[in-house]
Amino acid sequence: MLKSMGAAKQAVHTGVGDGTDVSVAGAVSSGRSSGLKILPIVEAVVLVAALLAPLVLQDYLTVFATRVIILALFALSFDLVWGYAGIMSFGQALFFGSAGYGVALLARDLDITNIFLVLPAGTLIGLAFALLLGGFLLLGRHPSSVIFVSLGTLTGSYAADRLARGWYYLGGQNGIPSIAPMSLGTYEFTEGPAFYYLVLGILVLVYLLCRFLVRSQFGLALAGLRENEQRIAFFGYKAQHLKAIIFTIGGAVAGLAGSLYAFHEGFVWPNMVGVVVSTQVVLYVLFGGSGTLIGAVIGAVIVEGVSFWLSDNYRDIWPIILGVLLLVVILFRPLGLISFMLGERERVGSFGAKAKENP
Amino acid sequence: MLLEAAGIKKVFGKLTALDGAALSVGENEFHGLIGPNGSGKSTLMKCIAGAEVPTQGKVSFVNTDITAYTPTERARAGMSLKFQITSVLPSLTLYDNILLALQAQSSLFDLVFSRTRGALHDQVMTMLRQFRLADRAFEAAAALSHGQQQWLEIAMALAGKPKLLLLDEPTGGMSLEERRVTGELLQPIKQHCSLVIVEHDLDFIRDICDRLTVLDQGRVLASGTVSEIQANPSVQEIYLRRA
Repeated sequence: MLKSMGAAKQAVHTGVGDGTDVSVAGAVSSGRSSGLKILPIVEAVVLVAALLAPLVLQDYLTVFATRVIILALFALSFDLVWGYAGIMSFGQALFFGSAGYGVALLARDLDITNIFLVLPAGTLIGLAFALLLGGFLLLGRHPSSVIFVSLGTLTGSYAADRLARGWYYLGGQNGIPSIAPMSLGTYEFTEGPAFYYLVLGILVLVYLLCRFLVRSQFGLALAGLRENEQRIAFFGYKAQHLKAIIFTIGGAVAGLAGSLYAFHEGFVWPNMVGVVVSTQVVLYVLFGGSGTLIGAVIGAVIVEGVSFWLSDNYRDIWPIILGVLLLVVILFRPLGLISFMLGERERVGSFGAKAKENP
Repeated sequence: MLLEAAGIKKVFGKLTALDGAALSVGENEFHGLIGPNGSGKSTLMKCIAGAEVPTQGKVSFVNTDITAYTPTERARAGMSLKFQITSVLPSLTLYDNILLALQAQSSLFDLVFSRTRGALHDQVMTMLRQFRLADRAFEAAAALSHGQQQWLEIAMALAGKPKLLLLDEPTGGMSLEERRVTGELLQPIKQHCSLVIVEHDLDFIRDICDRLTVLDQGRVLASGTVSEIQANPSVQEIYLRRA
């Protein structure tokens, strides 16, 4: 596979060298079609594997897989913010956890568990918090520094953690236990294949929406933002607005993931808004490959899967093994595991009106 | 006057880079900014473009005081800058680099739903052809030679149809032939755009500029038409003879 890609690239180069317009157009189109194949294949393989998983996994593993899919959704939210827009947020769990707490309170105090109410509510909570924090951190008249944003988000997540621990209404250290299951009419979503497919359906839907967004002209603006924020400001882009918008979208997706997580686990606790979970999502995306949506999903699945397996087999030292593994990947593959399969050109992709170029 | 910068002072710590520099540029005028190394040319360009905020002084553009404008606001007012260090976006294709510049003022709604993608296609290709880059449209910008990256960047700077283009050393690192072509590429824009150009290559400056301003130690030494400046003894003293 990799070799054939290399050959295609070679073809493009020689085609350009020839100079005549016809051969160039041919080489470019063939280069593009063979160059853009890998990503959809990876996406399809992951989707098929995800669809089949509950059929081959034991029940307790399906429950685990459901949790992983929810975390993959959470990873997508961070990938949008960091992988696509280059905003270093160390507080993504704030939106994940606050939505979790929000829906837990809806269920506990108002007996609201209807899926069509709690999921939008959780999404809105994530969106609102991200709008507040993002507005404060990103919407200055002049661009805010990376350090300011990362420390600001980190502080937000840390403060939320401390707040949740000390606030009796939120259950303090213990959080909110025994959340009633999410419901649809009289049906209740409990752990198992139904919940798994619900979550997978939501992930696929959000994934497609994200893919639409990052492949649009807005996605091109994000690519510019990520590569050289100052440059695009000189074109007349309102870079701070773009950042606040994508940060808010990321918060909404994290909120959706957080509300699913709360109902799936049946409880929420202060860690869910804290720094540990915020860092965890950074690792998923780093490990899988930032700047590709599928990389975030793969990263979440592999990090969680490997942790699960290691903790079973190396009861005491597994965090060290995991840590070393992560370090090795980040050192030698800064673009994550996906970069074994995907070239730089395909990762960044093309945004122009493609069809018109190849008569 | 299209651009009027007056009394511009810029202090970096103990270093006074500009000490009351001034620059006026009329419509459809190609204005060269020259001077020895360290005379403050690039700093003056940055103060005009908004990359630096002057310590003192006033910049007006189309009769509006823009001294406190951000780069985004200046761009939207019709000013465009090509940086001294090429800053094309290397991992994007040439096509996408130009599209990125062209769509800068599309609304958010249009961007999200890619509503201007089709409409801008012809403009992208026209610009690429104009700057002799069309046959490499779908390669990453990183693959271009240095000179071609400079052209791509000039094309990007022109994409927003600015009234004023600020070019900081556009021919830096170019071969003689590439310099000649750059001059040819710039000539047609005179019909709709003024130009301020910082450049070490005096032959290039003489060929394309109408007026010159000479900076020395952060002050204006002389300003006038190319022949006036060439005849000016103090300019010859500090600069032209040495070059």
